[in-house]
Amino acid sequence: MSDVLPIIPPDTSDSLAVLEKSRSTAETFGIPLAVLLEITHRCPLQCPYCSNPVELDRSGKELTTDEWKKVLSELAEIGVLQVHFSGGEPTARKDLVELVKHASDVGLYTNLITSAVLLTRERLGELADAGLCHVQISFQGVEEGLADRVAGYKNGHRKKLEVAKWTRELDLPLTVNAVMHRQNLHQLPDIIQMSVDLDADRLEVANVQYYGWALRNRAALMPTVAQLDECTRLVEEARDRLKGTLAIDYVVPDYYALRPKKCMGGWGRQFFNISPAGKVLPCHAAESITGLDFLSVRSNHSIAWIWQNSDAFNRYRGTGWMKEPCKSCEFREIDFGGCRCQAFALTGDAANTDPACALSPLHETIFKQAEREAEGETNRFLYRNFAGGTLESENGA
Amino acid sequence: MAGPRNISVSEASRPVLPRHAKLKYDETRKVWVILAPERVLAPDEIAVEVLQLCNGQRSVGDVSDQLAAKYAAPREAILADVIVMLQDLADKGFLTEIREKTP
Repeated sequence: MSDVLPIIPPDTSDSLAVLEKSRSTAETFGIPLAVLLEITHRCPLQCPYCSNPVELDRSGKELTTDEWKKVLSELAEIGVLQVHFSGGEPTARKDLVELVKHASDVGLYTNLITSAVLLTRERLGELADAGLCHVQISFQGVEEGLADRVAGYKNGHRKKLEVAKWTRELDLPLTVNAVMHRQNLHQLPDIIQMSVDLDADRLEVANVQYYGWALRNRAALMPTVAQLDECTRLVEEARDRLKGTLAIDYVVPDYYALRPKKCMGGWGRQFFNISPAGKVLPCHAAESITGLDFLSVRSNHSIAWIWQNSDAFNRYRGTGWMKEPCKSCEFREIDFGGCRCQAFALTGDAANTDPACALSPLHETIFKQAEREAEGETNRFLYRNFAGGTLESENGA
Repeated sequence: MAGPRNISVSEASRPVLPRHAKLKYDETRKVWVILAPERVLAPDEIAVEVLQLCNGQRSVGDVSDQLAAKYAAPREAILADVIVMLQDLADKGFLTEIREKTP
């Protein structure tokens, strides 16, 4: 996933300020600027770090075309400005062009987050005509041997290159999304060059975040500290060299940080997404936390009501839910205790401090474990699928 | 293809927002915004006025002339501010320009 969008009107000292959140916890929570729509969990790729939940929504549970259109109209009405069509693979839905057209008609800025392998040039042209504003294509590496192995999909890399080329020929802006981990970080210099050669506007260098599928594959994906330092150096050098040509966004894996990330900008503060079955979620991994009841757009509540009032959104909002060491921590409103999903996955309680934080009693143990895994020999993937995952064969097929 | 990148804004440039950067009035928050991939920028009043004039036909010089006349302000000061603002936008990747076709 990409970086989270900030929400609230700006500090006007800068003539082009990025809209930033700057409000106190006492205020109400404004509707986010951007919403992630995971319109399906179906996907031909099987990436072992997929951000979808391990329990995937089957196609029979997906919202219908009319239900998604109603959602889009409602989002525009309450003040959402951008929607990201994502998945799974959003182009697996036959009605994608119709949905993009509807989103454009109601005034939303539309972004397609895609693996690209199902697209034809004709369909991409239809999406452009429907008003699509931006295309983001995921790449798993820089050459087909590794890239197709990570994706668990033959000839995928070649197809992605082709679709990236069509994207620019159709005058659509392109972001290359490169999810990085131990097995492909050595290709980063070439990935940066590939992005320039593809005439991309933007590159996301997104290190894997370890929840769900990625947590199950952590031993095969975790980079070493040295790899990560080199990655940071390369990104900084390239940002400087390519200023005005290629913008680079950078996400580091939080295991090696001392401070946890302000996940989602804080729970229920500036982000929500909608799952294929219509659940309104504080983050795309939130369903991994058991014991929370997430309401659906199919319920008799409006999306705005769910955002403002539902128990799941209010549970970890602000600081009132915190335990020590978060409760009395001077950073509690800076990072809001890190990631709730990670706290739940690694400690069994989402209200605990995210172990990515050096102040968590579990930080040291988990950091050491990650370091050991990074130095280890486990390279086989557990591929993502509806059957709960398939282990890569020994010869890598 | 999209307009050129790596723009150096000058008095003669004829800038325009590219397809992926949309200037829009946000009715909910009562503020002008520039919608861009993964970003929402909040241009101030002057930036909005400049961007509304930047249509790929007018030069930065033309835009500055208009603003100087409208606000009865020194043209050179306005020109300098306009160039700084547009260059900032260009460096962020949210500005393109129309260039004469080279034969």
